[in-house]
Amino acid sequence: MTALEAVLLTIITASTPLLLAAIGELVVERSGVLNLGVEGMMVMGAVCGFAGAHITGSAAVGVVAGLGAGVAMSLVFGFLTQTLVTNQVATGLALTLFGLGLSGLIGESFTGLPGVKLTAIHIPGLSDLPFVGPVLFGHDVLVYASIAITVLVAWVLTRTRIGLVIRATGGNHHSAHALGYNVVAVRYACIAFGGACAGLAGAYLALAYTPQWIENMTAGRGWIALALVVFATWAPFRVAVGAYLFGTVWIMGLYVQGIGIGIPAQLLAALPYLVTIAALVLISGNRVLTKMNTPACIGQPFVPDR
Amino acid sequence: MTDAQAEPVGEYLLEALDIVKRFGDFTANDRVTLRLPPGEIHALLGENGAGKSTLVKIVYGALQPTGGQLRWGGETVEIPNPAAARRLGIGMVFQHFSLFDALTVAENIALALPGRFDLVSLAERIARVSAEYGLPLEPTALVADLSVGERQRIEIVRCLIQEPRLLIMDEPTAVLTPQEADQLFVTLRRLAGEGCAVLYISHRLEEVKQLCHHATILRHGEVVANVDPQAETAASLARLMVGADVHAVNAETHAPAGPPMLAAVSLSLPADGPFGVALRDVSLEVRAGEVVAIAGVAGNGQSELFEALSGERPAPVPEAIAVAGEPCGTRDVTARRRLGAAFVPEERLGHSAVPGFVLSDNVLLTRHASGGGLVRVGVVDRPGIRAVAERVTQRFDVRTSRADPPAQALSGGNLQKFVVGRELDREPAVLVINQPTWGVDAGAAALIRQVLLDMAESGAAVLIISQDLDEIFEIADRIAVISRGELSAAHPAGEIDRERIGLLMAGAHESAAHGDGAGCEAANPRRGGSGRGAGDGEAAA
Repeated sequence: MTALEAVLLTIITASTPLLLAAIGELVVERSGVLNLGVEGMMVMGAVCGFAGAHITGSAAVGVVAGLGAGVAMSLVFGFLTQTLVTNQVATGLALTLFGLGLSGLIGESFTGLPGVKLTAIHIPGLSDLPFVGPVLFGHDVLVYASIAITVLVAWVLTRTRIGLVIRATGGNHHSAHALGYNVVAVRYACIAFGGACAGLAGAYLALAYTPQWIENMTAGRGWIALALVVFATWAPFRVAVGAYLFGTVWIMGLYVQGIGIGIPAQLLAALPYLVTIAALVLISGNRVLTKMNTPACIGQPFVPDR
Repeated sequence: MTDAQAEPVGEYLLEALDIVKRFGDFTANDRVTLRLPPGEIHALLGENGAGKSTLVKIVYGALQPTGGQLRWGGETVEIPNPAAARRLGIGMVFQHFSLFDALTVAENIALALPGRFDLVSLAERIARVSAEYGLPLEPTALVADLSVGERQRIEIVRCLIQEPRLLIMDEPTAVLTPQEADQLFVTLRRLAGEGCAVLYISHRLEEVKQLCHHATILRHGEVVANVDPQAETAASLARLMVGADVHAVNAETHAPAGPPMLAAVSLSLPADGPFGVALRDVSLEVRAGEVVAIAGVAGNGQSELFEALSGERPAPVPEAIAVAGEPCGTRDVTARRRLGAAFVPEERLGHSAVPGFVLSDNVLLTRHASGGGLVRVGVVDRPGIRAVAERVTQRFDVRTSRADPPAQALSGGNLQKFVVGRELDREPAVLVINQPTWGVDAGAAALIRQVLLDMAESGAAVLIISQDLDEIFEIADRIAVISRGELSAAHPAGEIDRERIGLLMAGAHESAAHGDGAGCEAANPRRGGSGRGAGDGEAAA
């Protein structure tokens, strides 16, 4: 494996959890809900993914456990914000704090234990190609899933009735209700989808990125995913560009540090944020398109009249 | 209600029998009975809060009745949701349109249709229906870019495409120019001729007389009369709705106009965001002792003009706006208040008043720095503001359930009386008021209009921005029309008629509207007389 292949592989590995978490949150926000609990759902996905895989010895069980943990956390959020109509910002922050605490408690007995690594899928022929093989066809299932989910979300949102209903719900929940759509049910479904994606992102960290459990191992990635959604103006492919750009600059920074070029480490650490924000602001320059994509009802509580 | 036995069952398309709807302790509909045969245009009349919207929402399945039953074609039916209503053949055009700004026309229509999701064939169906009924629509246009008249066309086409047997229209003409309203009546009469029943809610009694075959009048949730509107007068219908005589506004000629107190000179402002309207070269003068009205269809720059006049958005140069002869285009709201101006915005809750603040605290919002000594050395004079709130409440007949309630506890009409009274209590030399009686019931509206006239009588300059032509003709001395951010010259009220105002609203040029009014009118209804015409004109220019 050449040095370039290694760098590209690390970039893909670093970008995948960001993309997974961000694409899920994008759907949540397009339906008009702001869930600030991505970090909490992700870290729960990580600890449950690790625990599931460690206990059974099967990475597949780990993936399912991580996904389930994300969905369970998101349904807590859904119950509070949609059924009890609590404030979404406060509830999302509480979900993050709750997830970080609970994951530490669950993970205490798993700290330092060996994990189960999610193995790469070997595609006969393709994976053996020189350079292209390892870079494009040498990944685990979640890397492919993250890309498939992004394409699927983009397609569903723009080309199907379900996507139209999600956008309508986020654009004007009163009108959607007047036409007879069940706003709360649509939002529950989107919240659960966002939770599933965040759970997968966490599971990826604990099963593929670093196959072990470390407390707070999400290290703020949930917040980065949230920021990506906004800076990418709720457009799925821009979210993918943002996630990969962030991952690229981040990994490049680590390599530059490793080589020992005299750039302050703090500046290198800040670089991914600066570059990603600058790039996404540039590609999101069309204000009309931005306004169209922005869910007008985001964060607003909705109570149907009966 | 014994005629049910006399008529054979099944003759009616829709029967709502003894409908009761309670929200907690409040009874919105109390044993309301309504019968509609096919092909009838049936008016539902009543003041705000009389229960009209509640009743039609029950028919459309958006609300469930507490008691009573619905019959459709003689059979008892349950309508659990709007989709079920649409399956029966009930369509509804909402008062506040149920459209989505960020979606296209075709996507908006697709949201209300069952079956396969195919925007391409839907676009063809839209084209067919809109051609058949003379309601032009561009399926790929974004709703945010369309005029109010065009938006209403989307709602109507959305209903027609499902071939309804009953069409419910909730105050459809409130936002239309007179020409657009005439075009709508043509469409409705044609639908009725084809056997479709229409349930028509309106405050505008003249158009009910003109259009409807039958009227049911509601008051406090109960049916008080079933009448033939053609046999009634507007005054007798109003009396039935209110339950008492509505006082006519006393608009005797007042003092001749004095010096200009409020002026805008070639005011231009870029649009604030993609859905905003740019103001273009607006000039206007309001003199002491006169009422000037700005007519126009909503969304043509009224709120932008109000913000520029009040100082919420500063003008590019100080000379663009003058209050009492003093240039103040770049100065803020408080500075303009100190020059003697007062402002009442359109939105009562959240703009004129803070919903959660009690009335006395709301007094302070516009009075904290404009004299009157309510704040001394940074300390609020609590007894002082309470006294003002008390005075305003008494003088303007603001009905409250207890002393000094929060603003959100007041009904729309009472809160409007309070915010108008709060400004008048300062005895301003200039008053700018946006939609003074929008959504206010007849009694409160008459009081507010009288107060505005009295104010001009006593020498103040009054500028009203309104969509209600009846109101404008009732109280204005001069009338200007705003369309797509451009303001026409102000004409004396006696020298301009509704037709010409309608053409100006639709964006016709001053000279065309003036010289060839009849010709334009004849040509316009085919295009729906919407703001579209103006857009085309600009593109060509």
